[in-house]
Amino acid sequence: MSVRTDRAGSRPAHHLTDELLVDYAAGALGEAESLVIATHLALCPACRTAVAALEDVGGALLEGLAPAELATGSLDTVLARIGGEAPATPRVERKPPSGDRILVPEPLRGYLQASLEELPWKGLLPGLGMFEIATAGKTRKTRLLRVKAGTPMPEHTHRGSELTLVLAGGYSDERGHFVRGDIDITDDSVRHQPVADSDGDCFCLTTTEAPLKLTGRIGRLLNPFVRF
Amino acid sequence: MVVAVGARRDRQAFAALFAHFAPRIKAYLMRSGCEATAAEEVAQEAMVTLWRRAETYDPRQASASTWVFTIARNKRIDMVRRERRPEFDPADPALVPEPDAPADRVAEAAQEATIVRAALDRLPAEQQEMLRLAYFEDMPHSAIAEACDLPLGTVKSRIRLALARLRKTVKEE
Ligand SMILES: [Zn+2]
Repeated sequence: MSVRTDRAGSRPAHHLTDELLVDYAAGALGEAESLVIATHLALCPACRTAVAALEDVGGALLEGLAPAELATGSLDTVLARIGGEAPATPRVERKPPSGDRILVPEPLRGYLQASLEELPWKGLLPGLGMFEIATAGKTRKTRLLRVKAGTPMPEHTHRGSELTLVLAGGYSDERGHFVRGDIDITDDSVRHQPVADSDGDCFCLTTTEAPLKLTGRIGRLLNPFVRF
Repeated sequence: MVVAVGARRDRQAFAALFAHFAPRIKAYLMRSGCEATAAEEVAQEAMVTLWRRAETYDPRQASASTWVFTIARNKRIDMVRRERRPEFDPADPALVPEPDAPADRVAEAAQEATIVRAALDRLPAEQQEMLRLAYFEDMPHSAIAEACDLPLGTVKSRIRLALARLRKTVKEE
């Protein structure tokens, strides 16, 4: 098995949309999308700057709100609560386990119990492994995908929106080349057949709108495709 | 003032911050659909968090109101929606750093907040309202479109327009 280790300092070329940046800064997205977005932010100074500016807008909007009336004794309640409290302890710096060939940034790292290569991958198709990540909300699924170097994916369309972040290796389709840190946003208008780069396995974090529960014979037949 | 709370555990400074921010955090929660009692509880929780984290507040990174906004937003996700809010860790060794060392922004962050605020006040009323919807209603673009009975494309372009105008005004200041 081969792994391509990308230059640590390289910066992504495919970014988040304004819409996703606003929704993330406003706190309007669920855990699944936020996980993919925040992990991109760890790898992308440009989008971090954009989110900071959008949070400034949030701060300005908060300032502009007409103050609501507080409950009687509100301040005293809070003062009593913080009364005996010692100053916050400084945070402990977390180091990624040494020896991992692929650096997984936070917040994704906190969701995984092992390095990318040591995760218990579930084989979906030849050359394609999957590892499911539990996130809140019934409407989305979050997974890691591992695609063997040089493997083409089955051609597929999407139900609803799909958000993908490349963690290692890369892939190409008619829309371009995606490598570590790049975000790929697809919706049901995109029909594509990505091919993993030949010089190393491709690892991606992806979240999709959960497929409709199909029942009956046809549903079961369709499922391996729909699930992907 | 946040800095005074962080460095000296200054209760008077905290009381002043409380008087300014707690009623606005409560208004923010009520705007996103909370009952007064629940909004009060979240506002108090947010102020406790402000006290606990004051030491980590970095005035070079954000103005006080921006920082408080992020605390209130995260409390809403945690207490009202009961979900995790995944965020990057600025101290993560795996974080890809800025191309250049960040410039000293102390004066800038506070100044910028005033400028953004003034620019916001000068936006046409319907654009201001669009931004309030995007930030306060706890709904992504797609849900706003549904609630307002507008095509998603229209909501996207209105919000983008409002932000573009805001950026332009901020740049001209
Ligand atoms: Zn980016």
